[in-house]
Amino acid sequence: MNTFVERFLGGRRGLVNLAILALLLLVVLPLSLSVFRLNLVGKYLTFAFVALGLVMLWGKGGVLSLGQGVFFGLGGYCMATFLKLEASDPVSTAIQSTPGIPDFMDWNQLKALPALWIPFKSLPFSLLATVLVPSLVAFVIGYAMFKRRVGGVYFAIITQALALILSLGIDGNQGLTGGRNGITDLRTLWGWDIRTQHAQYILYFVTCALLLLCIVGLQWLLSGKLGKMLLAMSEREDRVRFSGYDVSMYKVFSFCLAAALSGIGGALFVLQVGFISPSLVGIVPSIEMVIFAAVGGRGSLFGAIYGTLLVSAGKSLFSESFPQLWLFCMGGLFIAVVVLFPNGLAGLFDQLGERILPWLKRRRESAAAAPATLEPAIETPSEKGASS
Amino acid sequence: MSDYSFSELSSIFLMQGFAGLSLFSVLLLMALGLAIIFGQMGVVNLAHGEFMALGAYTVYLCSSLVHSYAPALAGSYFVFAIVIAFLVSALAGYLAEWGLIRHLYKRPLDTLLATWGLSLIMQQAFRMTFGAREVTPTLPEWLMGSFKPTDSIDIPINGVFVMGLTLLLTLGVWIFMYRSRLGLHMRATVQNRAMSGAVGIRTPLVDRLTFALGTGIAGVAGAAFTTIGSTGPDSGSRYIVDTFLVVVFGGTASLFGTIASAFGIAQGQSITGFFLEGTMGKVAILMVIVVVLMIRPQGLFSSKVRS
Repeated sequence: MNTFVERFLGGRRGLVNLAILALLLLVVLPLSLSVFRLNLVGKYLTFAFVALGLVMLWGKGGVLSLGQGVFFGLGGYCMATFLKLEASDPVSTAIQSTPGIPDFMDWNQLKALPALWIPFKSLPFSLLATVLVPSLVAFVIGYAMFKRRVGGVYFAIITQALALILSLGIDGNQGLTGGRNGITDLRTLWGWDIRTQHAQYILYFVTCALLLLCIVGLQWLLSGKLGKMLLAMSEREDRVRFSGYDVSMYKVFSFCLAAALSGIGGALFVLQVGFISPSLVGIVPSIEMVIFAAVGGRGSLFGAIYGTLLVSAGKSLFSESFPQLWLFCMGGLFIAVVVLFPNGLAGLFDQLGERILPWLKRRRESAAAAPATLEPAIETPSEKGASS
Repeated sequence: MSDYSFSELSSIFLMQGFAGLSLFSVLLLMALGLAIIFGQMGVVNLAHGEFMALGAYTVYLCSSLVHSYAPALAGSYFVFAIVIAFLVSALAGYLAEWGLIRHLYKRPLDTLLATWGLSLIMQQAFRMTFGAREVTPTLPEWLMGSFKPTDSIDIPINGVFVMGLTLLLTLGVWIFMYRSRLGLHMRATVQNRAMSGAVGIRTPLVDRLTFALGTGIAGVAGAAFTTIGSTGPDSGSRYIVDTFLVVVFGGTASLFGTIASAFGIAQGQSITGFFLEGTMGKVAILMVIVVVLMIRPQGLFSSKVRS
């Protein structure tokens, strides 16, 4: 039992963090927000999957990918393909010149379903594809690059180019992918209408449950050999290599893992929001996902989730009321997070903890000596989480 | 391709090739600055495109000022505007290095995030100052029009001008880097900072000047860009990925590699852009570059310097 707590939940501290997060996501937010806002939170949480992947890859592995939108998009497109096929049965598309194919294909004068789409008629295949397609792409890229010891800045630039390639490629192949508008008007998942409020509630909880499950799984991975290797590699990579370990394969694995997580996020995004488009794949969304992880704390799983929630909520709030200022804030945030607090919220929280705990202790001692003035001056940032 | 006759095809290749030369000039001008900042200093400057836009907006501002206060200078202002664009962008780069970059030399990935933040701020500043719509400076008469060697071939003068400017600047950069004292100091600082400091080079100042030189060249790139396209707040960010790929593809720290890869990428994009639909030409070229970089990560021409 104890090893279970240690390995899966990250010890007592991890358990507390997990409990706070679960309480926030599963109880506090659903009770305090309207369905519309809750759906928004659900959407942000799908980005949190990407941020979790970035924590593994960048925070722990030291490799920054600026192309996580590619994997988010691949997962999303795999899911959307299935949903679109289900939404375009011959009955509801009877007015088209070729009934039974998605509407945008009909607009592009396609006469039959492209071969690439045919396997996506099956739900199990599509669900597997949301995880496997991104992982496979990541494997090919990661293997080619990490085996040649390409890393750091070069890897970042090349992954950024990938994000540009995929978003332009989707944009340019309108008949196959829906082009710039993306795949829209998705209705049902195996006959279950995903657009109702009820479905939105259920999908929100599914997202939360999967997210919590992913955290537990990642903590398990980090507590084992992978975690030790990543830590060792981030300290002295060449020594690890000279000790006979295949450093590159650990990096490839982290990259695939990050890609798979992003794919899951993308699929859940499509289910909750009901569309996918190249605007979620390109350079800008990919780098925004990095800032989520950076704000939360690049080395902290929990931090990444709070970072995602805070930045996305901030973005919605600001771009609603002061669209002009938002880009300044975002830019300032990028600079501040790098120059002022490189460990993000998690780092700030840890610092706060380090300062407050001894102070609290001293205060308690002095209060015990002279119990006269005790005011509840310390704010407990229960929402901000801590490092994992 | 079989729909075109041979003479049509050769005209297409010539004109697309020339359009490619204009793109080559802009890419090379941007990449020259970046090759100094990224290739030499190792700073990933994602705001490079915005320094280019700053140069372009400077020219626009000069043009508006000249046309409202000194219309007599309308013919010659452009030459001065290029110099002013260089100075403005170099000054902005100098300040950015002093305020931001110098704190981050040991953390290249963080520089990347910080400069992206800087680029967002600069873009928004452009949008608030000059508006979201694209602007074009009023160009002097002598830059308009085109040569017509034959009926089917049409070569614009502004393209020729930009190419000449590029040639001049490339030569200037080469002479500066390899034949001047400050260039020597720059190369020395890049190769061995501690040793350079020990022999009396003021490395922090050299860093700042190197960065300023790189952004200044980006400013000139922006000035050149105004002759072939209009400038919007996000003009710079449209070229940034291409520019980085040019530098990486050519092999960092190799001036010749940068020139060759800028030429290859621009020509490839321009010619495939004609035959493939829409953006797919660009996609094809980018994919070729990425695949080549996966096979040969050090780029086409890597300099033989021990790191």
